[in-house]
Amino acid sequence: MSGAVTMQQALALAGLAVVLALASALVSLLAKRVPATLRLVATPLLGLAGLAALAAGLIALVLGGTIQTTLPLGLPWLPWHVRLDALAGFFLLLIGVVTCAVGLYAPAYVRGFEHGHDSLAALGGFSGLFLTGMLMVVLADDAFLFMVAWELMSLSSYFLVAYHHEHSANRRAAFLYLLMAHVGGLMILLGYGVLAAFGTGFSFNELRAAELPPIWAGVAFALAFMGFGMKAGLVPLHAWLPEAHPVAPSHISALMSGVMLKVAVYGFIRFVFDLIGQFPWQWGVVVLIIGCLSALFGVLAALLQTDLKRLLAYSSVENLGIIFIGLGLSLVFLSTGYRSLGALAFVAALYHCLNHALFKGLLFLGAGAILHSTHERDLDQMGGLLRRKPWTGLFFLVGVLSISALPPFNGFVSEWLTFQAALQAWQLQSGVLRSLIPIASAVLALTGALVAVTFVKVYGVAFLGQARSRHVRRARSGPWGMQAGQGFLALLCLLLGVFPTWVIGLIDAVPRAILGDGLPQAGAYGWLWLTPVSPQTASYSGPLIVLMLAGIGLTVFWGLNYLWSRGAPVRWIRRGDAWDCGFAPPSPRMQYTATAFAQPIRRVFGLLFQIDETMTRQEDGTLRHRLHIGDRFWGLLYLPIARAVESAARRVVLLQSGSVRVYLGWTLATLVGLLWIIT
Amino acid sequence: MDNYLTLPGWVLAVFQSCLYIALAPLLVGWVRKVKARLQNRRGAPLLQAYRDLYKLLVKEARVAHTASPLFRAAPYIVFTATWMAAATVPLLVVDLPTAAIADIIVLVGLLALARVFLALAGMDVGTAFGGMGASREMLIGALAEPAMLMAVFTLAMTAHSTNLSSVIDYHLVDGFVLRPSYLFALGGLVLVAVAESGRIPIDNPTTHLELTMIHEAMLLEYSGRHLALMEWSAQIKLLLYGTLIANVFFPWGIGRGFGAAALGLGLAAVLAKLAALGAILAVGETVLAKMRLFRAPEFLNLALLLSLLGLLSHVILEVGA
Repeated sequence: MSGAVTMQQALALAGLAVVLALASALVSLLAKRVPATLRLVATPLLGLAGLAALAAGLIALVLGGTIQTTLPLGLPWLPWHVRLDALAGFFLLLIGVVTCAVGLYAPAYVRGFEHGHDSLAALGGFSGLFLTGMLMVVLADDAFLFMVAWELMSLSSYFLVAYHHEHSANRRAAFLYLLMAHVGGLMILLGYGVLAAFGTGFSFNELRAAELPPIWAGVAFALAFMGFGMKAGLVPLHAWLPEAHPVAPSHISALMSGVMLKVAVYGFIRFVFDLIGQFPWQWGVVVLIIGCLSALFGVLAALLQTDLKRLLAYSSVENLGIIFIGLGLSLVFLSTGYRSLGALAFVAALYHCLNHALFKGLLFLGAGAILHSTHERDLDQMGGLLRRKPWTGLFFLVGVLSISALPPFNGFVSEWLTFQAALQAWQLQSGVLRSLIPIASAVLALTGALVAVTFVKVYGVAFLGQARSRHVRRARSGPWGMQAGQGFLALLCLLLGVFPTWVIGLIDAVPRAILGDGLPQAGAYGWLWLTPVSPQTASYSGPLIVLMLAGIGLTVFWGLNYLWSRGAPVRWIRRGDAWDCGFAPPSPRMQYTATAFAQPIRRVFGLLFQIDETMTRQEDGTLRHRLHIGDRFWGLLYLPIARAVESAARRVVLLQSGSVRVYLGWTLATLVGLLWIIT
Repeated sequence: MDNYLTLPGWVLAVFQSCLYIALAPLLVGWVRKVKARLQNRRGAPLLQAYRDLYKLLVKEARVAHTASPLFRAAPYIVFTATWMAAATVPLLVVDLPTAAIADIIVLVGLLALARVFLALAGMDVGTAFGGMGASREMLIGALAEPAMLMAVFTLAMTAHSTNLSSVIDYHLVDGFVLRPSYLFALGGLVLVAVAESGRIPIDNPTTHLELTMIHEAMLLEYSGRHLALMEWSAQIKLLLYGTLIANVFFPWGIGRGFGAAALGLGLAAVLAKLAALGAILAVGETVLAKMRLFRAPEFLNLALLLSLLGLLSHVILEVGA
């Protein structure tokens, strides 16, 4: 049984990853005495933990097996169950890849904190615990361990969000995050409670066997969707995300946006697809609609931002929306009996999970590199960074092209697969679904196009043109470790776009294990051709596209630059001042800013946001333009809740009289009441 | 799959791709000529567009001091991506390997790739006009792209395939059926084609009036062979949209075998169809005036609405029936 042995090795590697992450947390405690510990020991350990997780996930996916074990930890009657299967393996791989890149990147990045007054031990310790929590969530095989790991993940990331706690805005963001993470955690807990009430215990095997009446299944689904959706930042529960993600140190932002959100997706998949297992099509419609809302709202909000990291955070809302569009499609197809189409949409969603982890990790690391050398997050102060930081500029460009879903990069493949799944909607019987899914794909198309606008804005304003401020003009190329981390992710973005058949061959193990159906057709015509449904329906050849793009591009270049001048490579380019229609020489201040770039879109889609734009004439006669863009969901959802809580608190405060006798009276009344209830 | 990947198929695919870049200036010349006649002018000769390209190609290229390497790479990327997108649209015959490599979604993706680099190049030098053009082009692209995708999805859902060759094949085999969804999709696609190829009423290809430019504003800093490539890409894009409309909605005459007769007929048919479409475009540009920028979204929303109606009328009326 060599297969069984290697699954055990995979589980051992996963265990090693957890141990390494914990070790990284422990070692960081020394950083208080020796600051270099964080850079030299703790962050490399984090990277190694990522490597181990990556290897474990890869083995689990290739073998496609399942291994379970019980840990001698936990409560006496409720030991911790651990399980590694294809789904867990896929998410281990995802966590591992980004953590590897962070491990390469972080040593150089945290060096900048060594001279600050923030606690290095806290940074390293909570980073280690954060990774431990995420790994354990994926490995957990019972509700108890799952919730413990989930809370570990939420709490440790709270401390990372609050790391720069000297700014009150950051403390506020961290508090909001903590609050929403716990409301979400509570809902997940209740969801497991519903499942456990109909089962025999808390282990996932027992929960899976639970027979739920449809109404209670619906309640469990609603709780899980809200709980995991809150963590995944789905609209309208996204409010914490654009506040919390940007304020953490950049490599942690990469982990939070790239990985932690995917852990929420993992939780949702585990809960709905695996544990509940049976679902009506209405659930799929709900997920689809929420996914569409998140995608469209996320990208429009991202488009209007000028803070680079905040923009990236909003873009995560959008990408999670796309992932949930895929999952919604999958639920619809599975519940109506189209198993292989369900598997296709499922694979598309998983592919997009992996892609988003890679390019969002890459973009956050890039934003961190800019922050590192210029201390600037505001796009309107940047410009011309491509020439100051050529490598970061190149890798960031790859991230931009990937996230904009442009061929031949990876984002395109997952969006293509999602479209292919949506285009099979004609097979469905229900007219409602048949017309709903095309509208969803229209939303997806609009989203994709708007993402391109957003990231053209980001790249054009930050990396091209001329620097808009002095410190950006003096930006320097970062240390090699930071570039290596970005380069690693950029390379993967390209490879996952060019060789989708291999990636799908790996991912295919997940739907086969969870749904019982895979995509046998996807690679049926060799690695060159991706044919997810059948070759007559659609085919895509990433390698040939790249080959042709590169071949034709280079031929044209060579032809025009050498052949045209009859063999002699003439220097045919003269440098001069910019023409600009013959006006005065352009100054950096005359360039379009990020705000200006988004202005047409702001006018077209402005109704969706609270836009507060004023022009005031100041004392010295100059005009001052103020623009504030608010999230309408604050007014629609959060403020009413906050007000309700406050008014409830004002009522409760009547109980607080300050007199001990009154309190004792209340205690007695409560006791009597409780006794009356239980007897 | 295998019936696409034959040696004559590859040869023909290369030939057809070359035909695209060879014919693109001719279509522009034709539109200009018809427009001139409609305006009671004699107009430049048909081949003027070729002469302009030649003139630009032999000239020296000037690049601003502030330009980054991206500025010099962009013309090649834009040209290649547009050309490849065009190569996936059957011009003379169907069943070529290029259609298997890239389907309609990839076609839209390649055009988006070209647009992104065009916009980035516009912002690269750091002039006010470049950013202005880029911002407007991306706005129009963002609104046109979903409309385009919805229109082609209508076709794809009817033919149960996103492969353009299969779509055309399906119609040829199926015979002429007047589908409401097709009329909507045609309407949507025509509006998108007008917007995307930068024609009146969205953009004026002949303008150099600073504040109304969209496409030209991004090209202001280009000269010499870089400008030639950019102009050529724009011409290829116009031909691409023309061919897409001509061959998908009116597929008659397109060759279905690789024989000389089929090729000749295909060429004659597509030239006739393109000449008619070009004439219609010229008439449209003569009678319409350019719109304000902020009326363009309404125009494109109409396109999106038409395309979506096409898709919905297909899934509601035609699938069940």
